[in-house]
Amino acid sequence: MEKKKTMVQDIDRTIYDIKDAVHPAYQVGQGLTPEIVNEISAAKNDPEWMRLFRLKSLRTYNRLPMPTWGPPLDGLNMDEIVTYIRPNTPMRGNWAQVPEDIKNTFVRLGIPEAERKSLAGVGAQYDSEVVYHNVREEVRRQGVIYTDMESALRDPVYGPMVKKHFMKLVPPEDHKFVALHGAVWSGGSFVYVPPHVHVKIPLQSYFRLNAPGAGQFEHTLIIVSEGSSVHFIEGCSAPKYNVANLHAGCVELYVGKNAHLRYSTIENWSKNMYNLNTKRALVEEGGTIEWVSGSFGSHVSYLYPMSILKGEHSRMEFTGITFAGKGQSLDTGAKVVHAAPHTYSSINTKSISKDGGNCVYRSSVEILPQAYGCKSAVNCESLMLDDRSRSDTIPVMDIRNDDVDVGHEAKIGRISDDAVFYLMSRGISEEDAKAMIVTGFAEPIAKELPVEYAVEMNNLIKLEMEGAIG
Amino acid sequence: MLLEVKNLKVSVDGAEILKGVDLSVNEGEVHVLMGPNGAGKSTLVNTIMGHPQYKVEEGSILFGGKDITRLPTNERAKAGLFLSFQSPEEVPGITLENFLRTSRVALTGKPVRLFAYQRELRQKMAELGMDEEYASRYLNVGFSGGEKKKSEILQMLMLNPKLAILDETDSGLDVDAVKIVSRGVEKFRNRKNSLLIITHNTKILEYLPVDRVHVLMDGKIVRTGGSSLIDEINESGFQPLAESKAV
Repeated sequence: MEKKKTMVQDIDRTIYDIKDAVHPAYQVGQGLTPEIVNEISAAKNDPEWMRLFRLKSLRTYNRLPMPTWGPPLDGLNMDEIVTYIRPNTPMRGNWAQVPEDIKNTFVRLGIPEAERKSLAGVGAQYDSEVVYHNVREEVRRQGVIYTDMESALRDPVYGPMVKKHFMKLVPPEDHKFVALHGAVWSGGSFVYVPPHVHVKIPLQSYFRLNAPGAGQFEHTLIIVSEGSSVHFIEGCSAPKYNVANLHAGCVELYVGKNAHLRYSTIENWSKNMYNLNTKRALVEEGGTIEWVSGSFGSHVSYLYPMSILKGEHSRMEFTGITFAGKGQSLDTGAKVVHAAPHTYSSINTKSISKDGGNCVYRSSVEILPQAYGCKSAVNCESLMLDDRSRSDTIPVMDIRNDDVDVGHEAKIGRISDDAVFYLMSRGISEEDAKAMIVTGFAEPIAKELPVEYAVEMNNLIKLEMEGAIG
Repeated sequence: MLLEVKNLKVSVDGAEILKGVDLSVNEGEVHVLMGPNGAGKSTLVNTIMGHPQYKVEEGSILFGGKDITRLPTNERAKAGLFLSFQSPEEVPGITLENFLRTSRVALTGKPVRLFAYQRELRQKMAELGMDEEYASRYLNVGFSGGEKKKSEILQMLMLNPKLAILDETDSGLDVDAVKIVSRGVEKFRNRKNSLLIITHNTKILEYLPVDRVHVLMDGKIVRTGGSSLIDEINESGFQPLAESKAV
């Protein structure tokens, strides 16, 4: 019998790997000094409080140790990372005005098309600055603000709002990379939804890092007022270089009383990326945060979106999928703090590792003494496609009262020969049977993604099985 | 001759399970395979279907005159073989309906006309007393034992193979379910379609004209006969057959 070798193909990265020639308008030197931080602050025309905030964050950064509990960060040399690269264009509200090469990059990624078809607003960041921001007129008329962080910071009305919330939920003291973020952050989006406004179609920000050896440190701040709802989508990609790139973004989400926020992310950084991102949501009484997270790219990822359920009857739901191929160590999961009674959390994740890829599921569920009557359900499943790949599960639960309902389920497995045989007995080829099992495994998560992203995920995972006679 | 098994010797993890089995099934015939637990019945049918765990040491399997001993399982299915599993796998993420459509396309190599297909599926499910809702459920996931067996019979009816092998499809079913399943099997049987049925419970055979009965013991067929052999076994068990073999 001829020997059949079956493989799940890697994510097709052709579109993402197209590099633009690098000709920034301005960039700082490598590494980190107070001079560089001052230079970034001056180049960005920061208010004085922000300049001081940056310098203080830099001191915190220098004081804090590197994390040692996760995947290795040896390949990341901070003295070589360029922290600020301004693209050769101001921010535009019209794609026609965005320089051709930058515009083409976003066209290839399907952003303007998605904007026309299915989005209420779009922001596009290229290296350190946002090059495009636009929101539909009807959404603007609802009083929704969706703009880049810099514009919000300088705005007479929203500037004070930014100052009040900026890095209050994720303080720079939290860990080394968020301190770094505080020092050199640039770009990102600001969203404000006034009370009792429902934004019916999603807003989307897309982050593209084109320059080799660079860092991207965008800051996303979303404030959803009482009784409002919005869906925000974040997409990320970069072409592959041989030097390490760094992404240390920060996302702060304020979900008001009875408000609803869905935050979807498709992360497809290139495999030279260190993705050390920090995301956190604070949820008031009766409010809901829903996270949908797809992690496909990066060499190393540390990503655990955290939700603080501050008000009674607040809720969080986390749905995530992680796909680690050759050379990838993706350490992902979620955190939740139940700080009020009758709060609810549900964490549902899947991971697929192949070709030596390494997936770690890491989560923490904390229920405080006063948070009685809470419910939490954690479910994580991993699928390993070969013997070289790894999968680990590290769930932590810290429960400080008796009146709770907490459940945890974990499954780690491989593609079962019997399942393949069963499908083949119905005429389906071995390759298709395996693809069916893997896509079927991912399906419950895929269907949570926005429609256009579910399509992108199919392109992304391209779980093509190819038979080769060997 | 539709199926011809010749001097088949099969091992699993180095242990010889089948020790030279000969078995032939003609077009339109109903054959029954009986034997005590551990005799090798499931090994035989899984080997006929091509499970990679079962190693053919000697002998051959011919189907429609073609040697299929080394063919991959999906090619055997395309040739017209079908196995109804004793405990069918659960496959999350793909619905029964989509799976069967994919399967039919794979078997016939032709596209499926969606509305006609859906109508046919609903109708066959109704005949088997399956709730329509099962069509949009993931393949066998969370199905009861009975629903899994019905799902197998549904697949047999939808895929319409030349030879359907039923591996204890009636075991673990209540009286009503056995009736429904055997009616399904009856519907499948015609002048061209053949059946090879493994069973311990002869209730399923009440509605079927049985052409041949084979008794498998310790990896060999020890007796082949007409349907009267079933009564003989029901009365005296397998032991006398083993002893007659020893003589």
